[in-house]
Amino acid sequence: MKRVYPDKEYCIGCHLCELACITAHSKSKDVIIAYREERGQTGLSPCKRVFEKGDTCVAVSCRHCDDPSCVAACISGALHKDPETGRTVYEREKCVGCWSCLMACPYGAIRRHPMENKIVKCDLCEGREGGPACVAACPNQALKFEERD
Amino acid sequence: MKYVIIGNGIASIGAIEGIRKVDTESPILVIGSEDAPAYGRPLISYLLAGKITPDRLSLRPLEFYEKSRVGLKLGTTVASIDTSAKSVTTDKGEVIGYENLLIATGGIPFTPPIPGADGPDVYNFTNLAHAQTLIAKAGEIKRAVVIGGGLIGLKAGESLFDRGVDVTILELSPRILSLAFDENAATLAGARLDEVGLNVRCGVSAKEIQRDKEGALKGVHLTDGDFLQCDVVVIAIGVVPNYTLAKDAGIAVDRGIQVDDHMRASADGVYAAGDVAQARDLLFGEDRVIPIWTNAYNQGFCAGKNMAGKDVPFTGSLSMNSISFYGLPTISVGTVNPPEGDKSYEIAASLDAKKKSYRKLVFHNDRLVGYVLVGDIEMAGMYTAFVKFQMAVPEEAKKQILAGAPDVLMWPDDFFKETWNPGVVEQD
Ligand SMILES: Cc1cc2nc3c(=O)[nH]c(=O)nc-3n(C[C@H](O)[C@H](O)[C@H](O)COP(=O)(O)OP(=O)(O)OC[C@H]3O[C@@H](n4cnc5c(N)ncnc54)[C@H](O)[C@@H]3O)c2cc1C
Ligand code: SF4
Ligand code: SF4
Repeated sequence: MKRVYPDKEYCIGCHLCELACITAHSKSKDVIIAYREERGQTGLSPCKRVFEKGDTCVAVSCRHCDDPSCVAACISGALHKDPETGRTVYEREKCVGCWSCLMACPYGAIRRHPMENKIVKCDLCEGREGGPACVAACPNQALKFEERD
Repeated sequence: MKYVIIGNGIASIGAIEGIRKVDTESPILVIGSEDAPAYGRPLISYLLAGKITPDRLSLRPLEFYEKSRVGLKLGTTVASIDTSAKSVTTDKGEVIGYENLLIATGGIPFTPPIPGADGPDVYNFTNLAHAQTLIAKAGEIKRAVVIGGGLIGLKAGESLFDRGVDVTILELSPRILSLAFDENAATLAGARLDEVGLNVRCGVSAKEIQRDKEGALKGVHLTDGDFLQCDVVVIAIGVVPNYTLAKDAGIAVDRGIQVDDHMRASADGVYAAGDVAQARDLLFGEDRVIPIWTNAYNQGFCAGKNMAGKDVPFTGSLSMNSISFYGLPTISVGTVNPPEGDKSYEIAASLDAKKKSYRKLVFHNDRLVGYVLVGDIEMAGMYTAFVKFQMAVPEEAKKQILAGAPDVLMWPDDFFKETWNPGVVEQD
């Protein structure tokens, strides 16, 4: 399957992927409204985390692992592996906000939703034409959306 | 039958998914005592609390069993296993042959002998039927006593409280959550429960359950001489491996069913997984029963792959718990209470009681082997990585971890690349 691969040699730590992520997952699909209003009003947050250490940066998000720890940990069945697409799918309605997945995922790919007992996790911009928004937004090709198995 | 699975809990689901990763064809039969398709056992407290409706309990979509070609015999209990004939006999007298058998019978509630416990209105809290009974009762009762201040006891107490019942929780040891958490975390959690209005009493237990002449429940006599009036008692001290079936069949058991590094039990073609199994611990390599959800799934998954003919060693169980108390999240992973006085461990703890925030990190030599977080849990996964992958923590990295900011850039370079950006040839 196609996954998002971050390259720390190219990442410049600009956080544009985060902006693209919240815009893609916003109601308005408008970067300004998403950032200025929806973030505060609905708790809209990015699925990416950008880490920095000196000159080195990297932007990571859910790896859609083959044998995902989050699925093993999920007590409600909200997280499961789609056998057809290979994606690790999150069903928001089923989630009870127990944070087991957040604890179990060793890739730091799960966040708490700031306002609800729900999680925030990359869905590879499901349904978005042109694939993941973060990849499209990266100005230095530090994120690649590729098949590499 | 190529695959037979006894038990229909999460270990069973793991096994089905493991088998189907390798063998998409051969039939699987699951035999389960409970009458429902696999449900989130921890969700019974959410159900009792009224936070979710019964339609949210099931773990997998309805079509899961059909799509995975799994035959289900629910409401059916396996009465015996014949390891030489390779067959199981159900309580309905049916004999079913197996090539590969998984015993995933989970745990049963541990119930110490308490005088007066036999009779109406004394319950356990480990399955859906228990939750349904307590839901039906909750409307007509005023007071409940929960015996046991571990995870299940606290969850039972909290849920009954949410139903409007006045709850007292009794814990024999000096503090609640003594198994998975440490004193500071337990104090914060206890304070939160107290704030909300639950009564938690540590260092005492039930001496006797008092009944009237007709046998109706009156209350509980405590070991410190007090008497608590109540309408129901919930015994929630913990679970013990449900291994009698295996033991009677001559399969080797210790604290749980003994399994090797491929989840194989001592009889040919027989495997065990979940709360019933005693499997290898990731950190220190000894065999232990760690009755938690993630392990049950992982062990089932590993057993399933091996049952289907793949050679997959079990990476080991890791103890981990995440529970919230009225909005106060707590997480504990790995070894959090190292043996006292053992100089090879180093503990770094920071507590802010006002902010209800706590972080404890336990190092063994140059590795992180466990941690506790209360309040701010956002970076939990990044700590888990260090414990789970057993990465060495150099001095500089340690400072960063101690500052509460572990990240992926601290990983060894090779491991980082292999994980995040594999298959890329570096240019010089
Ligand atoms: C209230 C509560 C809250 C919990 N919360 C958490 C939590 O937050 N996090 C966590 O990690 N863990 C939690 N746990 C523990 C977790 O639920 C267990 O570790 C997990 O369910 C074990 O799964 P299992 O498949 O091994 O066994 P089980 O889930 O116990 O399933 C075993 C099944 O086998 C059936 N069975 C037994 N004998 C037979 C037989 N002879 N024939 C046929 N069927 C049989 C049983 O009826 C049962 O349905 C909680 C447990 C409880 C009770
Ligand atoms: S959330 Fe974590 S464990 Fe789950 S698929 Fe994504 S990276 Fe893997
Ligand atoms: S927080 Fe939600 S998705 Fe994560 S393990 Fe709990 S129920 Fe599953």
